Amino acid sequence: MIFKVIKKEELKHLFDVLAAENRVVGPVEAGRDSNGRPIYAFDQVSDFNNICLDYTTTKISAKRYFLPYQEDLAGFRIDGKDWHKKINYNIESPYIFFGLHACDINALNKLDKVLLGSVYPMPYYAAKRKNMFIIGLDCIPQPYCFCRSMGADTALHGFDMFLTDMGGQYFAEILSDTAFNFLKNIKTAEPAYADRMRYIKIIAEKKRKFTVRVDTTDLANILDMEFQSDVWKQWGEKCLACGTCSQVCPTCYCYGVEETVNINFHEAKKTKMLYSCNLIDFAQVAGGHNFRLKRDARLKYRYYHKHRGFVEAYEESLCVGCGRCGEACLAEITVPAVISSVRGEES
Amino acid sequence: MADLKPVRTYLGMPLYRPKTAFFELSSCEGCQLQLLNNEASLLDFLSLLDIVNFREAMTEKSDEFEIAFIEGSVTRSDEVERLKEIRKTANTLVAFGSCACFGGVNQMKNRLGSEWVKKEVYGDHPVESGFARPLEDIVTVDLKIFGCPIKKKEVEKIIINIALGKAVVHPVYPVCMECKANENICLFDLGEPCLGPITRGGCDSWCPNSRFGCWGCRGPADDANIDQLREIMKKHGFSEETLRDRLECFGGFSKYTEAFRKNPEKKKEGK
Repeated sequence: MIFKVIKKEELKHLFDVLAAENRVVGPVEAGRDSNGRPIYAFDQVSDFNNICLDYTTTKISAKRYFLPYQEDLAGFRIDGKDWHKKINYNIESPYIFFGLHACDINALNKLDKVLLGSVYPMPYYAAKRKNMFIIGLDCIPQPYCFCRSMGADTALHGFDMFLTDMGGQYFAEILSDTAFNFLKNIKTAEPAYADRMRYIKIIAEKKRKFTVRVDTTDLANILDMEFQSDVWKQWGEKCLACGTCSQVCPTCYCYGVEETVNINFHEAKKTKMLYSCNLIDFAQVAGGHNFRLKRDARLKYRYYHKHRGFVEAYEESLCVGCGRCGEACLAEITVPAVISSVRGEES
Repeated sequence: MADLKPVRTYLGMPLYRPKTAFFELSSCEGCQLQLLNNEASLLDFLSLLDIVNFREAMTEKSDEFEIAFIEGSVTRSDEVERLKEIRKTANTLVAFGSCACFGGVNQMKNRLGSEWVKKEVYGDHPVESGFARPLEDIVTVDLKIFGCPIKKKEVEKIIINIALGKAVVHPVYPVCMECKANENICLFDLGEPCLGPITRGGCDSWCPNSRFGCWGCRGPADDANIDQLREIMKKHGFSEETLRDRLECFGGFSKYTEAFRKNPEKKKEGK
């Protein structure tokens, strides 16, 4: 790892260098809520001034850029007696992510394990993931953030460079040679002893700012034991079965595939659509049999996949503690509340 | 119209091209108009069906058809007779749009007292007009196409599947799924009520895309948790009346709103 300090005004120059030939995605203000608070979203940005580097958490993760909600996987076109196959990994040029928080970088690292590291890697994801340049950005823990509990409050890899705000300047961790080369375009300096000490202090201060935590001790076992617990029924009664939690989650990757024929009957295609395990037909199979007809069963299995099944397979949870699902859930079903109820704790 | 076109095929197999009729009962005919809207695919769309009756698009008429698309709700006795006649001929009867499926906007009057409604609308020139009822109160409905209005793209997909002999399936999930995929700001965050969490999707969150809360025109999703939405509305400061206004607007939630259940005319007749 190489460390640098970058004066704040230099960051705009870095943006301009990157944006000159690439598509840049960053946090922007999408609107204001009824209390006047900003609502952030990831969007394509062409002007540095539109990026909100002091953003809290976007309502929805950045996954549409690497796991689109809907994506054409393959198709064919009939041309007389001939036919042509169409396969497109749907990436025209690289994406620069300007200001991803550690949770979202860790989410990508988790997705990598499933979608790149398995026997059959998913080329549609790989094409996008390999064509990404990520600038990470530190953040201030919000009342719903429990990334620290999930070990996702710092990112060790999966990015090109990571910035920490130190007032007038950024402390930069440089992980890739791509980042190192880009930084040659702007003024940087070696961190002095005082800079390094200040960085250590800022990191320590951040850790003290978490207000909510999830106790993950023995969680996989506890979930195993409490499979029949009544708390699932209580949460199931609240669940709207609307799929919002999965849609906003940076790590939910489950999907369905639909085959459709074009109205001209010369073309057909397979389309992937991100789906949610909380939707009623998620476990419906041929013949109309449904293994998870009830809301509480479906909600439970979402937690089991994230906090038990994935832990057994990869020795880590599939949750990064970004808190988006709980924030987006109108029924106020949050991960810390659900886990603590399973553990039998008073809420 | 029918005989001039060669039989279309897909992968060498001839396509089913049913004789199709469009009818309207009490409605604004907006759903039929939607079908004529998408000009880019209009000719392809029309070529899939052997249309023998479509008042809004052609002057020729025939009473021989296999599929009948019926828009509108039933509000008059002559419409009851007409609907029964159509049912006798049609192999497949499609309730086309929310009026046909649930009574639609028309059924709002069911709660207002028919004499008062008649007076308000027609003044001193009253016409016969009773309760607004969905088609399935009178006849058996084989397929429902939801929406006020219907979504052309969805209808195209249904027609393609009919031509191919594939099953016609509707989304079972609520509007929220598509609303989130469109990355809309949640209407509740904007301080607006919304029936998105309980209403059947498939509309591509048409209204929320314009920051307009859902009014439930497509009726309930398969596992709609209406009790929970009632709690949520209360927590966000909306009155019970606000929720009921929305639930009662298109009639899709009549199972959950008591007024429609009191409808004395509601009974099944015909095929």
